[in-house]
Amino acid sequence: MSKSSKFDRRISRRTMLKGAAGAVGLAAGSGAITGFPYVHSADPKVLRYLGTAVNEGDEISKKCLEDTGIKIEYITATTDDVTKRVITQPNSFDVLDTEYFSLRKLVPSGNIFALDARKIKEFDNITPVFTKGQLPNGKKIGDQGTAPWKVLYLEGANSKTFSRTPTEFVTLIPTVYNADTLGIRPDLIKRPISSWTELLNPEFKGKASILNIPSIGIMDAAMVVEASGQHTYADKGNMTKAEIDLTMKIMTEAKKAGQFRAFWKDFNESVNLMASGETVIQSMWSPAVTKVRSMGIACTFQPLKEGYRSWASGFCVSKAVTGPKLDWAYEFVNWYLSGWAGAYLNRQGYYSAVLSTAKANMTADEWGYWMEGKAAVSDIKAPDGTILEKAGTKRDGGSYEDRMGAVACWNAVMDENDYMVRKWNEFIAA
Amino acid sequence: MQSKGGQGVDKSCCAITAIHPSMMQDRKTFVAWLQAAPMMLVFSVFFLLPLLLVTIVSAWDYNEYEMIPAFSLRGYSDTFEGCIADLPNLCTILKTYLKTLKLCLLTWSLTLLIGFTVAYFLAFHVRSKTWQIVLTLLCTIPFWTSNVIRMIAWIPLLGRNGLVNRGLEGVGLIRQPLEWLLFSEFSVVLALVHLFTFFMVVPIFNSMIRIDKRLIEAAYDAGATGWQTLVNVVIPLAKPGIVIGSIFVITIVMGDFVTIGVMGGQQIASAGKIIETRLNALQFPAAAANAVILLGITILIISALTRIVDVRKEL
Repeated sequence: MSKSSKFDRRISRRTMLKGAAGAVGLAAGSGAITGFPYVHSADPKVLRYLGTAVNEGDEISKKCLEDTGIKIEYITATTDDVTKRVITQPNSFDVLDTEYFSLRKLVPSGNIFALDARKIKEFDNITPVFTKGQLPNGKKIGDQGTAPWKVLYLEGANSKTFSRTPTEFVTLIPTVYNADTLGIRPDLIKRPISSWTELLNPEFKGKASILNIPSIGIMDAAMVVEASGQHTYADKGNMTKAEIDLTMKIMTEAKKAGQFRAFWKDFNESVNLMASGETVIQSMWSPAVTKVRSMGIACTFQPLKEGYRSWASGFCVSKAVTGPKLDWAYEFVNWYLSGWAGAYLNRQGYYSAVLSTAKANMTADEWGYWMEGKAAVSDIKAPDGTILEKAGTKRDGGSYEDRMGAVACWNAVMDENDYMVRKWNEFIAA
Repeated sequence: MQSKGGQGVDKSCCAITAIHPSMMQDRKTFVAWLQAAPMMLVFSVFFLLPLLLVTIVSAWDYNEYEMIPAFSLRGYSDTFEGCIADLPNLCTILKTYLKTLKLCLLTWSLTLLIGFTVAYFLAFHVRSKTWQIVLTLLCTIPFWTSNVIRMIAWIPLLGRNGLVNRGLEGVGLIRQPLEWLLFSEFSVVLALVHLFTFFMVVPIFNSMIRIDKRLIEAAYDAGATGWQTLVNVVIPLAKPGIVIGSIFVITIVMGDFVTIGVMGGQQIASAGKIIETRLNALQFPAAAANAVILLGITILIISALTRIVDVRKEL
């Protein structure tokens, strides 16, 4: 599931940007890091933060302690384990970092607290991508799959039903999101690529790859099937059994014909496949492309005419959280949206939920490169100072409006998830 | 298959080793039970109980986010979906198990062959104890790095632009890179053999080192050729080691999904992989059902093996 996708993304970011610092992040997660020089009050404000490695950066927890006096104790798990833990041990965490599509599993379990929108200072400044399904300029974006605005609100404080109209009860406060597409090796393909159909083009026989995470893999497959004109889905993120059969049939034929070199599941696998030339076209994530490029190998996060598959994550609070801890949780979420963390995320190629505050924390050049699709004036650096892109480069896919505006569907949990998983096993066995 | 001489040797060895424990048993049955109690306790709490829970859960129902404690064999019936309807084509689960068994058989025979040879060399050709220990430790080298790193390391070697393909192209043996070197059954078996031969070496070596060297001399004096000694003396006496090593290798390979996944490019199905996919989709009862099926099949294989050799008696 793309929980693990998120895990991998986190790993990715960490591996890419922080290298050895990742281990420190883990140490922080285990509570091993103590003795920060700056302590606000005698009663330590501690929040247990359950999530995968992505957002659990050491810098973020350090800065948070500095600004708010809240000490973040990371509980690191793989994305699948995060979901399992929320369902089976809701008392073991305070703040949860998860993806919107997981909510279809988490909210019915009754373990998620309905946050009060009025207590989130920047709530009205959260990009309308989440609240209305449109860009700041008003352009509507794709709503197939578990789009955030479908699961953002609850009908009541203790409701397990999502509300399609805004209410004050919020499930998950968005923090980070992105638009995914195919990564290609332009030096080996040597011609323009503009459509998802190229993934199954026999020209790349034995050199293509997709994710072996069923819920994401099947959506990439659906993008291919739709692009090739074989079927138009009512909702790629919620297929009927017949649609699942059709999609898997097309993929199985391609697999049997030897189209795929390998499927990947782990961030580093995707980097290795691409960097070693085992594959030349594959589903990929933005930081993985950056990593291949930072190895001196040409790799493009190719914008395609059919659009992107998007994902988004953020914070939930456990229903078990009460009293002052709840206030700290709000304080933490408010701090997260106040700009520093947003800028940190934007610099890694992700997008932050409150654009205005993040912009205030970035240089004009950084903002121009990451958000406006402008050529970098000087070298673009990662938060830890390593050079990501040379001056003069432009971001693949262009500006925020260009990329998020072209989102076709969102990571999803289907109604027929159980059937889909079985079919996926069949596909692997074929 | 054994000659008369072999059987004779067999019995004499066991008669010697059996006297001591049997006397103990007669005298101190109660103490023996007491001594076994801690192990039994650990065994039942951490193995039997979880296994029982898995079996119970496998007969539960489930939805998107929780297990429903109501009797349902959905986990099983879904698993065998299409097994009758799709005939003569094989259903997913049969295909998966056939593939897993094939990989298991290949890995087992190769690890046995290599493991036996290595153990034989260590036990009979290396005279000094120190060197035996040093060389045995050398066999653990594959375990010095993590599983994932070991497997990722195969890519630069076997990949399309890897060392082997470059070398073969350089020598002029091939014009096109060999694609089947990586992400294929070949690479899966290669990695499994690389990883698990050690589990064969140690028990076989352990059995061989206990063989009374005089037996071999006796065989030699009686005019047996090297091959006859091997077949009639060494192999029968090393049988417990062979069976124990086989149990290790077979159980590990039957349940493996990481190595098969990475080396097979995630394109080769395995019994373990099915369980993993189900678990990740939070379909615990279905995963449990698959685990029970895998357990059943593995137990069948192991009990067949122990029928051939009674390990307890031989030890």
